Amino acid sequence: MSSYAITADGLSKAYRLGKQCGTPDTLVGALKALVRYPLDNFRHLRSLTQTNGEDPHLLWALRDASFEIKQGDVVGVVGRNGSGKSTLLKLLSRITDPTAGSARILGRVSSLLEVGTGFHPELSGRDNIYLNGTILGMSKREIDHKFDEIVDFSGVARFLDTPTKRYSSGMQVRLAFSVAAHLEPDVLIVDEVLAVGDAEFQRRCLGKMQEVASGGRTVLFVSHNMSTIGQLCNVGMLLSHGKITAAGELKHVVQVYMDELFTTQAEAGDESLRVSVTTAVDDLESEKVWRQGSHLTVRVSVWSREAVQGPAVDLYLHSSAGRMVFAQSDRFMDSSNGSSEHHWVFEFRLENTGFVSDYMTIDVGFRYSSSTRYIALWRSLAAVALGPLPDGFTHGRDCPVAIPCAVALRGSA
Amino acid sequence: MNNLDSFDLPPNATAPPGTFVVAGLTSRDAAPELPLANTPLGELPAPERHSRPGNNCQAAMESELPVTWIQPSSVGRMSSLLELVKHVDLLQFLVRREIKVRYAQSAIGIGWAVLQPLFPMLIFTVIFGRLAKLSSDGIPYALFSFAGLVPWLYFSNGVTDGVNSLIANANMLSKVYFPRLLIPLSAVISRFIDFCVATIMLLGMMVWYGAIPNWGVCVIPWLLAMMILTTIGIACWLSTLAIQYRDVKHALSFLIQVLMYTAPVVYPTTLIPESWKLLYALNPMVGVIEGLRSALLGTRDMPWLLIAIGSVSSLVIAISGTNYFVRKQRIFADVA
Repeated sequence: MSSYAITADGLSKAYRLGKQCGTPDTLVGALKALVRYPLDNFRHLRSLTQTNGEDPHLLWALRDASFEIKQGDVVGVVGRNGSGKSTLLKLLSRITDPTAGSARILGRVSSLLEVGTGFHPELSGRDNIYLNGTILGMSKREIDHKFDEIVDFSGVARFLDTPTKRYSSGMQVRLAFSVAAHLEPDVLIVDEVLAVGDAEFQRRCLGKMQEVASGGRTVLFVSHNMSTIGQLCNVGMLLSHGKITAAGELKHVVQVYMDELFTTQAEAGDESLRVSVTTAVDDLESEKVWRQGSHLTVRVSVWSREAVQGPAVDLYLHSSAGRMVFAQSDRFMDSSNGSSEHHWVFEFRLENTGFVSDYMTIDVGFRYSSSTRYIALWRSLAAVALGPLPDGFTHGRDCPVAIPCAVALRGSA
Repeated sequence: MNNLDSFDLPPNATAPPGTFVVAGLTSRDAAPELPLANTPLGELPAPERHSRPGNNCQAAMESELPVTWIQPSSVGRMSSLLELVKHVDLLQFLVRREIKVRYAQSAIGIGWAVLQPLFPMLIFTVIFGRLAKLSSDGIPYALFSFAGLVPWLYFSNGVTDGVNSLIANANMLSKVYFPRLLIPLSAVISRFIDFCVATIMLLGMMVWYGAIPNWGVCVIPWLLAMMILTTIGIACWLSTLAIQYRDVKHALSFLIQVLMYTAPVVYPTTLIPESWKLLYALNPMVGVIEGLRSALLGTRDMPWLLIAIGSVSSLVIAISGTNYFVRKQRIFADVA
């Protein structure tokens, strides 16, 4: 047990889902609701922190996570959006308490879930270095000691006494990351923060991270960017639906994750509302790779137990770096065009005119066409691999999406 | 819900070193291929590196590196106090930030600390002193009300800032761990600068009106401690409530107003019937304000009874407030 930096035993975290309140349909009902409103609200606010028993409205963001991480391992944590990665990191960095289970961490822990936490725009760069450094757990003496290094790394030496609100956003990020990069904890917990700044700065950050990782420190690293994970980590951990589904050798974990994502057919939901997504690429060479110039057809089928008048479906595509690059809606104005009131099919046909991404993940939202509030929003339902990148582009969050996408809509059942 | 207190070794802790254990499944076949799995482990002394878990070894390890436990139960009161001591640097920088930011980008800057107590004093002097002709224990009403306003404004600004600080820093709460108590604490402490400015003005007014302090000034440090403890206690109570129920934030200005009239800021305690005095003294600010007036202006004898009752109640408020805060702080990130 002693050589493990982190030992987790049945770590779980539940959140309460917001319940949708019924809208009263009579004047008396409305009056009653008006009177009861503060009371209901109070109950709701209080219930945010009560998690007892097997409540159907509980969402287990993380359930029964048990694992051991050896000292000096650099662990890449992967998983779809909402799989519990961030919850795991928040639990391990003590930002929230687990609902059940426990974990034991050996050594000083620092977590970096966001760059520049506590930065205040009115304060000078110098003040912000000290403030941010102490927030991240450094002592004043440590910062004094490393101050010149931090300033050098950030490259904002000339503006140290200027309020950071006058900095460009790139400068702010560089300064914030420089502080974080000079942390020296035994265990470092990092959420997707490397993908900031320009390409040159990213390279330096990655170099710094590699330095940290090779220094015998234990690092937990979350990223959607498989290339970064591959460069930094030696062990992987895959989370899906709040559970650890694969762990160990990095290649294997990434492979399992990719297989999970690249399916041409995916389903989600429960018996009251169900969605199914089918993707097809009209490419002569491959049915799975959506290369530049070829078309992708996304067919979204929704089944609902309750009748829904005039539903709409929103389709979102996210790049491999986790950024939303495309959104499109389709809707039925009324249900008289041959489709039943419980089953709808939406079809989106998209052309790849040069996306800069390894793959795209697909989100589907289902709502009334008259409302912007989702009845359901399914994240990362499926993914489709893109072909090789156009010349001159590299991966990363801040790379541009080259050309807008051409769309053809088909609202048919 | 589980045996947290007696937690010793997790069920899968007996797995041999070099394996990665997940959800009870030991993936032994993957282990030998881990590139770094067998690299030297930093500061660990060599013989212990691959030894079987044993009590001696564990004890040796724990003396070297701090151990963090993550459990559903919140941390104990003592350990959170110890944590505060460790984060003294952070407190210092948070206070500095509060002070710098408060009057940043304003034309007269710290001048606002001068104007803020000045305006209510003028208003009170006109309305309560001139128009309503309230008694002021035989000294000029302006001086009388200012001596009450100085500690009162510290209290009301400290509480207001303390309550809003937690909501304003909600982003920090959900992104990084540090003792949460530092946030309202830094807000309350940073208001002490304004208090000092107002005190200097009060001394100036005393010279102007020729008021002479008496031996009672020896009690002033204790009065200030009462004032700060009360402010911290109330700020802790209300900020904890406010982070979950934002109603508190909206009701706050109203609440502070009501509290002001339960303290002798604009009127002397001689207006309060003798039979109500004990109940009245439960507001610690009553003892603070009357004590200060007695020491600095000689309006009356030192009100020992008021101060004694106020001391007890300020201690109760401070201890219960910080206690409630510490007990609830684990949910902040979830509800903020």
